[in-house]
Amino acid sequence: MIQIQTLHKKYGNVRALDSVDLTWNQGDVIALIGPNGSGKTTLIKCILGLVFPSAGDIHFMGRSILNSYEYRKDIGYMSQISRFPDQLRVGEMLDILTDVRNVKDSDRDMELYEEFKIEQIRDKTMKSLSGGTRQKVNSALAFMFSPKVLIMDEPTAGLDPVAVEILKGKIHRTDKSVRLMIITSHILSDLEDFASRINYLQDGKVRIDYSFAELREKSGESRLSKAIAHILNPS
Amino acid sequence: MGLMLWCTAHFLHAGSIRVGPEQGITSISGATQKALCGDTIWIESGLYKEGNIVLDKSLTLMGMGNPVLDGEKKYEILTVGADDVSIVGLTFINSGYSAMNDFASIKIVGSRYFKIESCTIRNSYFGIHVSNCSYGKIWNCSVEGTPDQEQNTGNAIHFWKCDHMEVFNNLSSGHRDGIYLEFVTDSRIQKNTSTKNIRYGLHFMFSHQNSYQHNRFLKNGAGVAVMYSHQVDMIQNEFQDNWGPSSFGILLKDITDSRIIHNKFIRNSAGVFMEGSNRCVIDSNLFQENGWALRVQASCTDNQIAYNNFMGNTFDVACNGTLVLSKFNSNYWDRYKGYDLNKDQFGDIPYNPVSLYSVLVEQNSAFLILLRSALTVILDEVEKAIPVLTPIDLQDLSPVLTPYPL
Amino acid sequence: MIKIIKYFLIDIIKNKVILGLTLFFLVTSFSLLYLDENQTKAVLSLMNIVIIVVPLISMIFAGNYYFNAYEFKEVLLSLPVARTRIILSEMIAVSISLALSLGLGLGIPALIFGAGSTILYLILITMVLSVACAAIALLVVILSREKSRGLGLVLLAWFYFSLLYDVIIMTLLMNFSDYPLEKFVVFLAALNPIDLCRISMMLKLDISALMGYTGALYKEFFSSLIGSAFTLGTMLLWILIPTLISIRIYRKKDL
Repeated sequence: MIQIQTLHKKYGNVRALDSVDLTWNQGDVIALIGPNGSGKTTLIKCILGLVFPSAGDIHFMGRSILNSYEYRKDIGYMSQISRFPDQLRVGEMLDILTDVRNVKDSDRDMELYEEFKIEQIRDKTMKSLSGGTRQKVNSALAFMFSPKVLIMDEPTAGLDPVAVEILKGKIHRTDKSVRLMIITSHILSDLEDFASRINYLQDGKVRIDYSFAELREKSGESRLSKAIAHILNPS
Repeated sequence: MGLMLWCTAHFLHAGSIRVGPEQGITSISGATQKALCGDTIWIESGLYKEGNIVLDKSLTLMGMGNPVLDGEKKYEILTVGADDVSIVGLTFINSGYSAMNDFASIKIVGSRYFKIESCTIRNSYFGIHVSNCSYGKIWNCSVEGTPDQEQNTGNAIHFWKCDHMEVFNNLSSGHRDGIYLEFVTDSRIQKNTSTKNIRYGLHFMFSHQNSYQHNRFLKNGAGVAVMYSHQVDMIQNEFQDNWGPSSFGILLKDITDSRIIHNKFIRNSAGVFMEGSNRCVIDSNLFQENGWALRVQASCTDNQIAYNNFMGNTFDVACNGTLVLSKFNSNYWDRYKGYDLNKDQFGDIPYNPVSLYSVLVEQNSAFLILLRSALTVILDEVEKAIPVLTPIDLQDLSPVLTPYPL
Repeated sequence: MIKIIKYFLIDIIKNKVILGLTLFFLVTSFSLLYLDENQTKAVLSLMNIVIIVVPLISMIFAGNYYFNAYEFKEVLLSLPVARTRIILSEMIAVSISLALSLGLGLGIPALIFGAGSTILYLILITMVLSVACAAIALLVVILSREKSRGLGLVLLAWFYFSLLYDVIIMTLLMNFSDYPLEKFVVFLAALNPIDLCRISMMLKLDISALMGYTGALYKEFFSSLIGSAFTLGTMLLWILIPTLISIRIYRKKDL
C-alpha cells in the first residue's frame, strides 16, 4: 500500500532519514519505533506531504505522492502533540474536516466520538482543553472518516488509563484487513497487542524491518521490548 | 478758455436729449453731435451698431432699460476725450480686436472727472481703457470676457499714467489681467472682484501711494502681481484659489514701504511670494491651506511679519538662503508645539517656521516627490532638535498659542 | 477553494485583532473628520496615517496571521487539499479582511460626513496598498523559518519600503542635483508601492501645483489614461508577484 524507496531527508547537515526502504501492505499494523530523533516523525511527515524528501520517493497505492495531494483523502492522521488552531471550537473543527473532505454526516464513524463523550465539549475551544482531552478529540477525528491508512503518532501519550483502553479497544475492533495502520509509541507494551510488523529506526536508518512473528523467531523473545533489545545488541 | 466758461455756464441749464428706435434721434452719434456741453443723453433700450462713437464734449450718457452698444468685433465702441463725462447704465458688447491698437469697449484718454457707472461689458478686447486721466471713477461695472488665449485678450480695467482714480465694486473676469495699473498714483481700488482672468487678478507696476481694500482675487491664472511700487496699502483683501504651477496669492516684486494687513490668503500655491521687497509690514493676515504661506527670497530685507495666522499650509515659510533679514513675531502657527508656562500668552520657546524639508525643496524641487512621506516627517523632527540646515535667525521668538480672530 | 477561504475568514474574525483594527480605523477616521472643520485638512491627516500606519499594520497583521494559522494550515494539509490552494486562500482571506477593515473603518465615517471623491479615492488606494503590503509580508514570512525572525524581517521590510527607499531617493537627488533627475526619480518612486500610492494621492489632492513645471508633468502623466493604467498595473504587480513567489516557495516548503 505504501512503498518507501531509498528515502533521504537532510536538514542542513543532519541526516534525518538515511536511505529508508520500506514496504507496508494492506492488513499490516506497523509499529514504528525508535529513540527520540530517530526520524519517525520526519518519515510520517514525508508520507503526509508536510516535508519534502531530499531524495527517494514514496508510492501510495502505486502512485508517487510527490506533487500530489488527492491521496490524502485516504489518510487519517493523529498527530503527536495534537496541534490544533487554538481559537477553533471542537464542533467547528469537526465540521470543517467533514466539509473539506466532502463526507456525509451519516458516513462518519462516531464510535470514539461517543465513547470519549466529545459531544459534551463541542462548544469548547481547543485552547481550553487539557492535553489528554485534545488527544481524545484528535483520535476521534482520525478514526471518524474510516481512512484506508491510519497514522497515529504517539496515540496514547497524555491519555488516562481508561481512555487508553477505549482507544485500544477501538484499534482492536477496527477491520485491519482493508487498511494499513502505522503507530509510533514509546510504550512498547501498548503496541504488542496489535503490531503485525516492527520497524525500528535509529539515526534515520531502518535497523529492524521484520514481521512480529519473524522478530520473535529471530530473537527467541516473546516480549517486544526484549526482542528488540536482543536484535540490536546480539550479545 | 472761452469754451470752458461757456460750458460752465451751460451747466446751469443743462438740456437733455433722448435717443431710441422710436425717437426722433435714433443714433447715439447723432445725439452727441447735437448735444451741448453738460447735456444728458438718455438712451433707450435697443441695439446700437454705430461703429466707433467719439465723445469730445462733457456729456452724460444715461442708459434707460438696457441699451446695448455693439462693436461688431470691428470697432472700438466708445472713445472719450473730454472732461466731466459720465457713462451710466450702458451695455457694451463685441469690441474690435486689433494687434496694433488697444481697442476697448470704453477708451478714455486725457480726461478729468469722468465717471463710468453700472455698465456691463462683454466680449471685449480691452474692457475699460483709461490713460492720462485724473479724478476718474469706475463704479459697479461688470467686465467679462470669454477667456481665450492670453495674447488675444486685453485687460478688463486698464489704467496707464493716471492719478486719483477710484475703482469701486466692479467685477472683472475672463480677461488677461482683471485690473491693470501702470504709472498710477493716489488711487483707491475697493470692493472689486477679479476672478478667472488668464493672467493676474490685479497687476500693477510703478504705481505708488495707492490703496487696495476689500477686493477679492479668486481663481486667477497666476494670482496677483504687484511690482516696482512703494507706499501701497493692501487691506482686507481676499486672495483665494490661485492654484497652479506658477501661481501665487500675491507676488511682491520690489515693493517697499507698504502695508499688507488683514488680508486672507487661502488655498494659493504660494500665499505671498516676496522678491526684493523691503520695509513691508505683513500684519494680521490669515494664511490658510496654501502650498507655501510665504516664500521670502533672500533679496528681501526689514519686513515685519507679525500677528498673522498660519493654518494648514503645506509649508509655512520658505526662503532660498540662510540669511534672512525679515522679522517674524507673535504669529500663530498651527504647527507650533510649544507651551506657555509663564502664562504671558506667548509660547516660551521660539518657533522655526522653515522646515528642513522646505529648505531641501527650495534647493531642488524634485524633492517634492517625497512630500508627506515618513522620511520627511522624521527629518523635520530631527532638524527641530538639532538645526543644521535651516536658517536659525528666522525665528518667531514670541509665537502665540491660539489663533487670532481674523 | 471558496470553502477554505471561508474557513480562513472565520478564523481571522475569531481572532478579534481585525475587529480591533477596524475599530481603530473607525475611531481615527471619525475623530479626524469630526474635529477638523474642513475636509481637506482631514484628508491630509488621514493620508499621513495611511502612508505610515497602514503599511505597518497590514504587514504585521499578514505576517503574524501566517504564524497564528500555522496549526490550522497543518490540519488543512492533512486533508486532500493542494498547498497552492491553502496558501492562496490564506492570502485572499487576509486581503479581504484587511481591505474590508480599512474600507469600513475609514469609509463609514467618510460617508456619514458626506465625503467627496478625494477621500473615497484615498480609501480605495489604501485598500489596494494594504493588500500589496500583505502580499509582501506573506512572502517574507514564508521565506523565514520561525516566528520571531519572520516578524523581525517583516518589520525590516516595512522599514525598507517606507523609509530606506526614500532615503535612497533623497541621496540620489542630493548627489546628482545637477542632472535632470525628476522623471527618473518619479519612475523610481513609482516602483515602491507605498511611494506610488502616496504620489497618486498627492496628485489627487493637487499638490502637484507646488512642484512647478515638473509637477505639471507628473500630474499630466499620472492623470492620463496611461498613468492610471501604470499606477493600477504596478500595484497589481506588487500584489501578484509576491503572491506567486509565495505560492512557489510554499509548495516546496517543509513544514
